[in-house]
Amino acid sequence: MRFELDDDQRDFASALESLLAGADAVAAARAWADGDHDPGRKLWTRLAELGVLSLATEATPVEVAIAFEALGRHVVPGPWVESAAYLPVALGREVEGIATVAVPPHVPFALDADVADQVYVGATRAGSVGERVGSVDPTRHLFRVVGEGEPSWEAFDLAVLATAAELLGAGERVLSDSVAYAKQRTQFGREIGSYQAIKHALADVRIALDFARPLVFGAALGAIDASAAKVAAGDAAYRAARTGLQVHGAIGYTRELDLSLWLTRIRALVTAWGTPAFHRGRLLQQLEAD
Amino acid sequence: MDLTLSESEVAFRDEAREWLAANVPDEPLPSMDTADGFRAHQEWERRLADARWAVVSWPEEYHGREASLVEWVIFEEEYYRAGAPGRVSQNGIFLLAPIIFDHGTREQQDRFLPSMATGERIWAQCWSEPEAGSDLASLRSTARRDDERGGWVLNGQKTWSSRASFAHWGFGLFRSNPDEERHRGLTYFLFPLDAEGITVRPIAQLDGEVGFAEVFFEDVFVPDADVLGAPGEGWRVAMSTAGNERGLSLRSPGRFCAAADRLLDLYRRTPEPPPGSADRVADAWIKAQAYRLYTWGTVTRLAAGGDMGAAGSVNKVFWSELDIALHETALDLLGPEAELESTWLDGYTFALSGPIYAGTNEIQRNIVAERILGLPREPKGAAT
Repeated sequence: MRFELDDDQRDFASALESLLAGADAVAAARAWADGDHDPGRKLWTRLAELGVLSLATEATPVEVAIAFEALGRHVVPGPWVESAAYLPVALGREVEGIATVAVPPHVPFALDADVADQVYVGATRAGSVGERVGSVDPTRHLFRVVGEGEPSWEAFDLAVLATAAELLGAGERVLSDSVAYAKQRTQFGREIGSYQAIKHALADVRIALDFARPLVFGAALGAIDASAAKVAAGDAAYRAARTGLQVHGAIGYTRELDLSLWLTRIRALVTAWGTPAFHRGRLLQQLEAD
Repeated sequence: MDLTLSESEVAFRDEAREWLAANVPDEPLPSMDTADGFRAHQEWERRLADARWAVVSWPEEYHGREASLVEWVIFEEEYYRAGAPGRVSQNGIFLLAPIIFDHGTREQQDRFLPSMATGERIWAQCWSEPEAGSDLASLRSTARRDDERGGWVLNGQKTWSSRASFAHWGFGLFRSNPDEERHRGLTYFLFPLDAEGITVRPIAQLDGEVGFAEVFFEDVFVPDADVLGAPGEGWRVAMSTAGNERGLSLRSPGRFCAAADRLLDLYRRTPEPPPGSADRVADAWIKAQAYRLYTWGTVTRLAAGGDMGAAGSVNKVFWSELDIALHETALDLLGPEAELESTWLDGYTFALSGPIYAGTNEIQRNIVAERILGLPREPKGAAT
């Protein structure tokens, strides 16, 4: 019984953290949104060198969750869930380069199919890539694809876990940035973080994230369904985003502030890889079958 | 990272499970907040203690078995799973005992802990006062020094004292130095509730039972031997109790899992569940599991020598709101029959007290915001 990261897992988390903290992932995300993929590709290569693409085949889901929490915290762009979680399991091997996938009906479009070296539907190569559709998240370039592939549910579950972890990391980042802002911004002669209305809203985010985390890592250990983790992490991150926006006020409602990258990423991920309604329904069905 | 039990922990769990299966009463005991129910719960405590299950983490000399933290939590989980009676000795064994272990003299430990473990002496907490609720430090009940008799004389009034209607002894804070304010100049006292000058007036709660009471003190003498910790240090001593009440009364990780499973069962048996109830049932189940896993995370940190810190406040807000949401969902599934007497209704009424007792959820959110997030302290209201 040791429901906490062990030393190796902590080391891996801090290696990722120091790589991402020094890599200006925010600039890479902004460039990616504008169609300049170079900084994002460089980041991709460095993360691949650290082993992120081989976690699904060579490590455990705990390491996958650690990695995706870090990717979420730094709003790293690119089809990571597709290349590092879903496809390695669906194909039974690590992907080469950048790969992406659509898994209809839950993942109707292929993320970043324009930069991917391989594009799949389910677990087979897509017939063709169609037009781009706009996402709320400007760093997510979604494409229609044509193909007949069937989903791999085992792979889907790891993608769900990865998305939950990414939401957790994104939510943590929004909370931490919002707390920093609330300590620095003053109105009526006081830091706004000294007002109870702000305090309680941020405390509720802390509480939601603290109780989503054990579900994410519990799911990584197989102690609970990934659907439960996705619902809780999605709710917690979304609460973080709504509260974070409100705490920042008008400046939060701008593209100029980096916060917007996380707000739109979280909104997109809440319904990616299965909507909350789908996951709640799936969970109930499984419980009723037990 | 792993969630598996060791061989010896599995053996401990099996022993607890077996004993509970053989000994937990088939029929639920009457409410502990009635005279008969109180006695029945005391007898149950005696049986637990005789088999050394009452206070598993305590030393053997005080009826414990020196169980590890993980074993203690395993026991709590089994206890809950077995549907065993509520602990009438809860105020004593979970709130007061940790303080006596940390701050009490050896003489006090020997005098108070054994009868607490066996349930022979039941303790009531006496914290709040009519004008000191969330703002506990504003309490006004006094302790006046009596050098001649070697002790203190208590005056004032406590309220919302859990178990005081039938309990034998109480514990609480009194202002022993009238020249000091708020957290300073308070002393922690232990006193028999039948002492001369004490009047207990039971208060009927929302559910009609006298789970708490008002306690009046009129020139009540308490000898020095019944002061816990140093005089004037009461706040520091007591705050570790408050931490225990909302935190390390960790209890069973599975505390809400059984109720969530029963909710699921109710949902399945409801012919036409109201729209949206499926999502609420799923959420209650997910949160009950989150509580279970979160608790094991806390146990891991504590077992490694960490302390609870303000995490108890995070926990308290979460479980108290979960408990209410879970029961509200059940009542909505029951439809027009929701208002009828049922275990769901009992559970709902009890759950309503959760966000209030042991520090209201508003106070807990302040603690989370100030001590965990590091937000600036609320400017205290100007004293007028």
